[in-house]
Amino acid sequence: MKKVICLLLACLMAFGCLTACGSDTTTEPSTDSTGSTDTGATDTDAATDTGSEEDAGTTGGGTASGTFKIGVIGPTTGGAAIYGSAVANAAQLAAEEINALGGIQFEVQPEDDANVVETSVNAYNTLKDWGMQILLGTVTTAPCIAVAAETNADRIFTLTPSASSTDVLSGRDNVFQVCFTDPNQGLKSAQYIAENSLGENIGIIYKNDDAYSTGIYESFVAEAEAQGLNIAYTGVFQEGTQTDFSVQLTEAQAANVDLLFLPIYYTPASVILRQANDMGFAPTFFGVDGMDGILTVEGFDTSLAEGVMLLTPFSAYSEDEASQAFTAAYEERFGELPNQFAADAYDGMYILKAAIEAAGVTADMSPEEICEALIPVMPTISVSGLTSGGGEMTWQATGEVDKEPLAAVIENGVYVMMG
Amino acid sequence: MVYLQHLISGISLGSVYAIIALGYTMVYGIAKMLNFAHGDVIMVGAYISFCCTTYLGLPPLLAVVLAMAFCTVLGIIIEGLAYRPLRQAGSLAVLITAIGVSYFLQNAAQLIWGATPKSFTSVVSIDGLTLFGGALRVSGEALVTILACIVIMVLLMWFTGKTKMGKAMRACSEDKGAAQLMGINVNRTISMTFAIGSALAAVAGVLLCSFSPTLQPTTGSMPGIKAFTAAVFGGIGSIPGAFLGGLLLGIIESLARAYVSGLANAIVFAVLIVVLLVKPAGLLGKQVTEKV
Repeated sequence: MKKVICLLLACLMAFGCLTACGSDTTTEPSTDSTGSTDTGATDTDAATDTGSEEDAGTTGGGTASGTFKIGVIGPTTGGAAIYGSAVANAAQLAAEEINALGGIQFEVQPEDDANVVETSVNAYNTLKDWGMQILLGTVTTAPCIAVAAETNADRIFTLTPSASSTDVLSGRDNVFQVCFTDPNQGLKSAQYIAENSLGENIGIIYKNDDAYSTGIYESFVAEAEAQGLNIAYTGVFQEGTQTDFSVQLTEAQAANVDLLFLPIYYTPASVILRQANDMGFAPTFFGVDGMDGILTVEGFDTSLAEGVMLLTPFSAYSEDEASQAFTAAYEERFGELPNQFAADAYDGMYILKAAIEAAGVTADMSPEEICEALIPVMPTISVSGLTSGGGEMTWQATGEVDKEPLAAVIENGVYVMMG
Repeated sequence: MVYLQHLISGISLGSVYAIIALGYTMVYGIAKMLNFAHGDVIMVGAYISFCCTTYLGLPPLLAVVLAMAFCTVLGIIIEGLAYRPLRQAGSLAVLITAIGVSYFLQNAAQLIWGATPKSFTSVVSIDGLTLFGGALRVSGEALVTILACIVIMVLLMWFTGKTKMGKAMRACSEDKGAAQLMGINVNRTISMTFAIGSALAAVAGVLLCSFSPTLQPTTGSMPGIKAFTAAVFGGIGSIPGAFLGGLLLGIIESLARAYVSGLANAIVFAVLIVVLLVKPAGLLGKQVTEKV
């Protein structure tokens, strides 16, 4: 009898684990299905594959017919979920707008990778089976490095909205970025701090087992030296020690740090702000794009983020007309304000549209053909978007984007752009 | 002075480890099993308290009491459903079941509360102490944690030493069969142990998250492992041992983080290995010769 109960319980437990794991993948399509049904172009695809070859030949460059299958990979669960969800939502929104214009049609399929490298490669394979022609992703750096290696081997054109490490690009001609590279972020941050003389004694806390954080840190330090900034304290942490910063903050306080540079994601940053406040340590906090999202952490006292500065290419509170239209549409559709990752993804879809138009590729071409056609076109186009700081984005052949960053400061719980 | 400040953060971190380690050591001492789900009961306790204060707007103290009550019930249910049927089975089977329960709790929490980390609002509202004209700070959380840890340890020692139930527990710990022959209800005694251990876990969870405010389904696992280390370090089964082990571990971790920052976790576990090589029963553990 006891054995039977044991067995039953063991089964129950195993089942419990399965359902819990399964939920990650099952909830996702259900939330997105509302979006993809709107595009409604799923079944036309098979038809265009066979029939549209002639049309494409006659219509030429401008109005390509058929539907391009765009894969999106990013974390919609886990610690970085806010980024992946924003990208998936915004890509969907942009696709619908573009589809409504007629001409190029997009079908967007998001997959969750939970910010885990292995899961991300699996998600990529799933999308390949689905028939993905272009990848908009992945959202976070570490998974993107792995997936970019795959897309490079498979010759699938890749535009990452937000994976900012140069490792994503290096040696891969098919990968382009919408966001700044990490070195660029570190560089611009150091320049901005120096130009506006924001701090005498600069402290840095970064995550030394993370490519994103380390990349920004290294270029920041190099540029800070060139600018003659004084770095008084450098502290590190890792994945396993990111819940307590009392030691690092004590050291920083003892070193009389008046500006703390945080090239890290918002979750550990929220702990730092809390603990610094608890110990009465109030330097200027200066973050990078990973800081975006800090105001949305559930239970976080947003008053602690007052005065936090960050370099960001987009603000939902910007007065810019395009940004306001996007913010309104996004808020109406998803019930929350878009962050810069959403803006990056939104721009990403329009960049793809511009590149596809310039290259004159059509939806019936294979991913390899599209990839080879788009690569030479990218350095020749210029696109103005939400994240281009009022100017235009252009690309180098390496995949790096050229655009101007905006500095924002958090005031009364919202981002305020600085000149 | 900075050194002293690190020592203080070490002591308050260590006190949290000590409270968790007390739960580990109670269960091990009496039921002779390693309850690896203990760390996840901590996480559940913290979530319950978070929900009470954030969603229901209850006062912090009531939230802690509710979290304790919930975890007590949870502990009894876990013991009754997952461990009791395996009472006669080998220790490996129980260990694996405990790991299973741990994953079950983590995944259940992810289903209910989602994977996105939440920022825990501290339940401690008293101000900290400032010493030496502001050069040294002891936060309110640290004071409460240290105090709670000492009170819990003294209460537990009194409970196991003086009360009837406590004596029954010690009897079960020495020899389950003989205790049963003496008329002690072994199953009820072990349930009681789990109830106490889980209530302690709830307190530990709330204090842990007041101290380091990120709350997510995996919040309990690393502190759980460290507290287990602390319990072994101090001599598993010994209540003062768990206290001492937790405190020392917290201090070592804090200092390691300050002076050899990349290796903090590695150093903590290296210390455990050294102690076990020199003193296999832990700092305060009794060397018991196995009767053949």
